[in-house]
Amino acid sequence: MSIQPPAEDLSTDVVATAAEEVGATKIEGRTPWQLVRMRLRRDKTTMFILVVVLFGLIMGITAPILSRLGVLDPFSGNRELIDVTGGGLPLGRFGGVSWAHPLGVVPGTGQDVLSRLVLGVTYSLGIAVSATLLAIGLGTFVGVVAGYSRGWLDFWLSRLIDLTLTFPQTLMLIALSPIVVRLLTDRFGVPEGDIANGMYVVGVLGLFGWPIFARVIRSQVLSIREREFIEAARSLGANNRRIYAKELLPNLWAPILIYSTLLMPQFISAEAALSYLGVGIKPPTPTLGNVLRDSIQYAESDFIFFFFPALFIAILVLSLNLLGDGLRDALDPKADR
Amino acid sequence: MYAYVIRRLFSGLVMLIVMSFATFLMFFNGAVDPVRYTCGKACGVPGVLERNRAMLGYDDPVPVQYAKFVKGVFVGRDFPDDPALRKSAPETIARCDAPCLGYSPKENSTVTSMLAERAPISASLAVAAFIMWIAFGVGGGIVAALYKGRWPDKLIVGTALIFYAFPTFFIGLFLYKFVAIKWELTPQPVYTAFTEDPVAWAMGLFLPGLTLALFYIAGYIRLTRSYVIEAASEDYLRTAKAKGLDKRTILWKHTMRSALTPLITLAALDFAGLLGGAIITETVFNYQGLGKLAVDAATTWDLPVTVGIVLTLSTIVILANIIVDVLYAVIDPRVKLA
Repeated sequence: MSIQPPAEDLSTDVVATAAEEVGATKIEGRTPWQLVRMRLRRDKTTMFILVVVLFGLIMGITAPILSRLGVLDPFSGNRELIDVTGGGLPLGRFGGVSWAHPLGVVPGTGQDVLSRLVLGVTYSLGIAVSATLLAIGLGTFVGVVAGYSRGWLDFWLSRLIDLTLTFPQTLMLIALSPIVVRLLTDRFGVPEGDIANGMYVVGVLGLFGWPIFARVIRSQVLSIREREFIEAARSLGANNRRIYAKELLPNLWAPILIYSTLLMPQFISAEAALSYLGVGIKPPTPTLGNVLRDSIQYAESDFIFFFFPALFIAILVLSLNLLGDGLRDALDPKADR
Repeated sequence: MYAYVIRRLFSGLVMLIVMSFATFLMFFNGAVDPVRYTCGKACGVPGVLERNRAMLGYDDPVPVQYAKFVKGVFVGRDFPDDPALRKSAPETIARCDAPCLGYSPKENSTVTSMLAERAPISASLAVAAFIMWIAFGVGGGIVAALYKGRWPDKLIVGTALIFYAFPTFFIGLFLYKFVAIKWELTPQPVYTAFTEDPVAWAMGLFLPGLTLALFYIAGYIRLTRSYVIEAASEDYLRTAKAKGLDKRTILWKHTMRSALTPLITLAALDFAGLLGGAIITETVFNYQGLGKLAVDAATTWDLPVTVGIVLTLSTIVILANIIVDVLYAVIDPRVKLA
């Protein structure tokens, strides 16, 4: 992907050759990518956070395989570990922590908490990543079209952004859930249960999540389209499609990357909040929100079980937020935090 | 200026119409028959479904229902909606005065009166949260900016980020179940009306307000911090320093004024959004505010109430946007009224 506008490519080349001719020290050109990587590598905190996020990603990707292989066992109950007569609390201290169950077992069923949380990372990340792709895709599309076309199309798209932002998002997520899930299963033949509910959560999070990002992209495009390299491309006879794909989009990858990283933690939190309110993927499927919700009724008696799902969510949210900040510093050094 | 206000009002009105019609389309598109949820077990009795449908006017096409709703907002309307039904059973007639937002057969009450009953609770919660998040958020942001890069900065920003990372309902439940009930460190979070006992009102609002505020504090600390740092690097501040102005005047009259103006807009909009109720916080602390009403209506599929709340909340947001835009033009003379 070419990142640098052609006009600047030309000027650095000219400077470099000119410098060589007069025998001055050769100026080494660096692509923006190299600069970004340099800045990132110098930023120790962000590098550490990147490792944490990658670890979480690998965890999310391998968890379904591991539970198929039987290494993780998120569903089967262990009734022998539960105090059946005394309210269903786990036997042993700290919520039944042992070598076999490092974070204890679920009260009532005796399922392994760690396995459920690791598989929960898969579900929660899956929902967050899909919703982010949808929101960023829509936001980029609307923002680029609005910013580049200006005029009436821009006007109406901007009003659409305003309109989407006036709806109370959380309430709409709860209120629309029966209608949309019914629509998905009856009209579009989506299998009932986790798939339809998951599609609903992803779809609605994405559909309410794009407008702010579309505004960011629109304002970026408004300033980029006045730059000389766009004019140069147009005067060379490039059509709109080429200008969109080859000139505009490569200049938007910084906000796209930053906002994707910052939207994901929002969606992870949103999934948890929705599970708490009883919307979305239903238990016993272990999304992080569902595991946390299961633990609420045991909060006072089994604090370990209450705390760890929240901690998993917090670590994911915190590290993704910090990664987004780090990326912003590396990609856009002018932006002052 | 007047032309700007009128133009802004007009575009707000158009937005209101489009928004409310879109809401009707979303909820009455026929994917789910709303009548099925109005009667519970009684739905099995023959004729009940038809009667309820006629009573609530669900047998009309969506545009007609919408027109009747709009008319009800301005002049009020009577339920049952169907004239024949009104004539045959005059004892069931319920008058819904303007502004009529609908009628809930489940609660046997007009949506407007239900909203009016719950609104003070949500408003109290919003005020409590607002005070705390401005105090800690903006205050913390200013301190962090003044100590940029040193330990107070890192401590404040870090703590706020950690609190932000935990889900709101987890923090709320933790505060409720442990801090208030188990350890009894704070007053019990029970709502008392302000007119009854202002002290108990404030005490009861402390924990829910804090829970709600914590969600906003992190964002406001970061914003305030970056605005203050940005404002402090402006040229006119160097001029002020060079001409020998004392530090306090520079900080409060020059830096803060330009740094905090944009925050007014944001804070006003966030506050307006909260007036419509905080769903999670109200559910956690079992406060019977608008947010709790909304969740209960949405989960039991009490459609008139749900639609009424969605429309009310969106209207508040649209109005707040207009007010903020106009206020901003008054506060900041640099804003061009284009």
